Amino acid sequence: MDKKLYTKEHEWILLEKNNTAIIGITNYAQKQLGDIVFVELPEIGKEFSKGEEIAVVESVKAASEVYSGVSGKIIEVNKNIINKPQVVNEDPEDKGWFVKIEISDLEEIEEFMSLKNYQTFCSDLE
Amino acid sequence: MRYLPHNDEAISRMLSEIGVSEVDELFSDVPSKALKNVKFNLPNHMSELEVERYMKNLTKNNLVASEIPFFIGGGAYQHHIPSAVDHIIQRGEFLTSYTPYQAEISQGTLQSLYEFQTQVSMITGMEIANASMYDGSTASAEAVLMAGRITKKNKIVITEAVHPQWIETIKTFINPIGMKLLKIKKKEPGKFEDNFGEICGNIDKDTACVVIQIPDFFGSVGSYTDISKKCNEYGALLIVCVTEVLSLGLLNPPGKFGADIVVCEGQSLGVGLSFGGPYVGLFSTHKKYVRYMPGRIVGQTSDKNGKRGWVLTLNTREQHIRREKATSNICTNAGLCALAFSIHLSLLGETGFKKLAVVNHERANFLYDALLLVKNISLLNDSFFNEFVISLPSSSKDFVEHACRKGIMAGLPVERLFFSLPNSKNMLLIAATELNTDNDIKKLVKLFKDYF
Amino acid sequence: MILKESSYGAGLDMHEPLIFEQGNTGRIGVDLPDTKLDTIRLGKCKIRNTIGLPDLSEPQVIRHYTRISRNNYSIDTGFYPLGSCSMKHNPRLNEKIARLPGLKDIHPFQPISSVQGALELIYNLQEWLKELTGMPFVSICPAAGAHGELCGLLSIKASLNNKGLERSIVLIPESAHGTNPASASFCGYTTDKIEEDSFGRINLVSLENKLDENVAAVMVTNPNTCGVFEKDILEISKRVHEAGAYLYCDGANFNALVGKIKPADLGIDAMHINLHKTFSTPHGGGGPGAGPTVLSEELAQYAPIPHVIFTKNKYDIIENINSSRNSLGRMRAFHCQMGTFIRALTFCLSHGKDGLKKVSEISVLNANYVKSRISKSIKPSYKLNCMHECLFDDSFLRGSGITTLDFAKALIDEGFHPPTMYFPLVVKGAMLIEPTESENKETLDLFCNSFIRLVDQIKSGNKDIFLNAPQYSPWKRLDEAKAARNLNLRWNKTT
Repeated sequence: MDKKLYTKEHEWILLEKNNTAIIGITNYAQKQLGDIVFVELPEIGKEFSKGEEIAVVESVKAASEVYSGVSGKIIEVNKNIINKPQVVNEDPEDKGWFVKIEISDLEEIEEFMSLKNYQTFCSDLE
Repeated sequence: MRYLPHNDEAISRMLSEIGVSEVDELFSDVPSKALKNVKFNLPNHMSELEVERYMKNLTKNNLVASEIPFFIGGGAYQHHIPSAVDHIIQRGEFLTSYTPYQAEISQGTLQSLYEFQTQVSMITGMEIANASMYDGSTASAEAVLMAGRITKKNKIVITEAVHPQWIETIKTFINPIGMKLLKIKKKEPGKFEDNFGEICGNIDKDTACVVIQIPDFFGSVGSYTDISKKCNEYGALLIVCVTEVLSLGLLNPPGKFGADIVVCEGQSLGVGLSFGGPYVGLFSTHKKYVRYMPGRIVGQTSDKNGKRGWVLTLNTREQHIRREKATSNICTNAGLCALAFSIHLSLLGETGFKKLAVVNHERANFLYDALLLVKNISLLNDSFFNEFVISLPSSSKDFVEHACRKGIMAGLPVERLFFSLPNSKNMLLIAATELNTDNDIKKLVKLFKDYF
Repeated sequence: MILKESSYGAGLDMHEPLIFEQGNTGRIGVDLPDTKLDTIRLGKCKIRNTIGLPDLSEPQVIRHYTRISRNNYSIDTGFYPLGSCSMKHNPRLNEKIARLPGLKDIHPFQPISSVQGALELIYNLQEWLKELTGMPFVSICPAAGAHGELCGLLSIKASLNNKGLERSIVLIPESAHGTNPASASFCGYTTDKIEEDSFGRINLVSLENKLDENVAAVMVTNPNTCGVFEKDILEISKRVHEAGAYLYCDGANFNALVGKIKPADLGIDAMHINLHKTFSTPHGGGGPGAGPTVLSEELAQYAPIPHVIFTKNKYDIIENINSSRNSLGRMRAFHCQMGTFIRALTFCLSHGKDGLKKVSEISVLNANYVKSRISKSIKPSYKLNCMHECLFDDSFLRGSGITTLDFAKALIDEGFHPPTMYFPLVVKGAMLIEPTESENKETLDLFCNSFIRLVDQIKSGNKDIFLNAPQYSPWKRLDEAKAARNLNLRWNKTT
């Protein structure tokens, strides 16, 4: 049951099997940030509760925190974007993913937006 | 008024363009209570000639360091500055430009700062450096805060042999964020390693950093590999302070002793005494800590045509982007003093920098040897670069006042800065540089002999 | 036809390698005596090996720096309308005075009796700053504006501590300089934003809602960085004080008020003064500056050491922490930015109270003139008359595919330094223009003409002159992303 959801903080969460999810930042977010030059990712095994800061992403002109939309434990991070942060600009919603997390409370995902709702949300921001 | 550009006609045309009849209308938002009846008890403007007279008159009440035998150090040193330095820093392109935010039309400043960063890295023996801090003392405080950010620990172990005003500055900076300072007493001023055992004994798992100085406040030098080993063992950072940057021309640099952050007062090169400021803080560290570093950083890149150039980089650490989460609040730094430092060091080069350091050590040796022959004075140092501490039979302050009346600046009474050290009342800190002639030194020695 | 570009340059466009790339060994730019060390007293410290510095002669060094200096824009060479920076003319008299041996060549630890002239100078500048601000005390130690903010906030913190009050929040409007929230964090405070009204001013309702017993201080900039005077400043001050908090004023924009009004009459408790802005000490490519900070009677007792005093017919300096009981401590080594103080006092004397009044009046007149002219072409962010700087945003660029950055770079091709960009944050794509009092009408007209001409180009859909800008600068658009991704912060032999 692959399902992709979006947060108001412009993260996407792709739900996978076995209560795991992949988190990244949206195409809208990378456009707003501009050329991304640095990404800081958490250690594997670290546990976060919902809404905590899990990563930092920096462009030339801005720095921004990436929040964990859900509580859980980091099981994998995308080392590729540490060496090549531009991948986040080039392919934010696939190759530019940030972390893989083991979700501890599935109910938390219910408040997130569908793609359609997220698109409306973004166009309202313009 | 010679600096103001408008004639009456221009003013009236501008007012009519704006659509007001007088300038005061533009101040209509200012509360009338503040605007009306304001009186300034100040004189009206003066011509150049009058200002010069006024200022020159003030200088009559100062004794000028370069005109008398001069032996004061204590964190600011009198050195000769080549005339080329002042010529270059007075070029309007350097003097009257702003922070190089518009890189395409600021490559002069950016290139010189990249060269400055390289020079600072080289002389301190570290991987990278920033584009300057206000001065050495604030740089040391920023280094301690940075160590706190990196280690996420709270305890600072510092030796009393760090410049007392630097320690006080560090205290002020750490106080609001709850870091704790453990000051290790100096039992024998002039013996570099004397409290190192106690320093090592106090490094533990809560220690963010250890702060030492070389040459230390009393002028002594030596090795501190024991401390750096202990720091490594506990994951504490070693911060090395240097108040006499010229010493790096002769001494093995902190980078070779395992320093993690090196902060220097750069005043000795190019900047001059200037009654204590503005000076220039040097700040260098390992490349892996670059994102924790305060201050501006220049990085190399290329332009659209592939031409090598430089820009301010990693701006996201800084206050204008990161605001409350910035690594520091510093904005304006010491740009022009950094340039002066850099020009002086370029003139010296490897050969001159080392040679000047040797001359300083030789001058200090000459003074030391001469003082050895003076009765009733004890020389406390077992090592030094160009400054050392001596103990007099009576108050060093009285002696310095006496010498001052005779037209000699004999040194710094230690008690002016050290309020708690036993016997500091009689201690005198004396520095010798390339500016001290044999004759100067003989005059000072004679004064000691006559007085005691 | 140019067959091949010389690596030395082209005409006056000079290609200058790094100083490390021109070095050699066995040369020197300073003659020093050949000294033999008979004795070495370095204890256990080894003598250092190769450093890696290049050896050069004096002519090489002079030429190197002269050549690279020509790649800088500067006030001496052109109009520099950077908002909130007060890039005004730097009088050369100030440089001359600062180099008098009796001022330049004195040590901070000389006996007090031998530096009476220096202390008198500091004292006199203190008196000028006190009189110009109407405040009773000035702390001399801050090395720059941000250091002054620290001085003010730490004094406030000390005062609250002394009253046994634990307050943890500093309120700051969104338009403030980044140093404000950074300084507040430095002092261990958390920050909260105050909203602005539709004129860019502090929204009194927002302020009122956030003012409670947890607020230590409110930091305002007046005039604010939108170039607008905080008209309700007396009301703001009243409410801040009623809430038991302090009002800190960022003095970066003092140029609009100097010699015209006294900030004390606006009800402030503390304010730093950027001597490198209002009092025209040169920016020097980023510093040094000085940020002496005026304090209210109540806060003065907490001020950092040192202070200069006049007593028993002589000047003295209080530098011992033990003799200033409530002092928050020391914020730096030595006394103050003396070199900057000398220039600032020279500026004060040269202008006098009559000249300083004209400084603020003409700087406000100039900004309004620029605003009025440009407003005929594009809408200003706020309609009201401005103080010493005026704010525009990128609404005129919407849909053009051109950004504020592109527009700024095109101004370079017109021969001007761009205004402050993307600041303040309260409007999108800000351009903040501060002409200062130094500029004559002819220069302002040239700037406005260029600005309007570029706006016309936007309106007619000409994109290239913006996207390719700057074309006439010695360097074209520099790749900032590359600099940050592949960090190269120093020269190495292999690079």
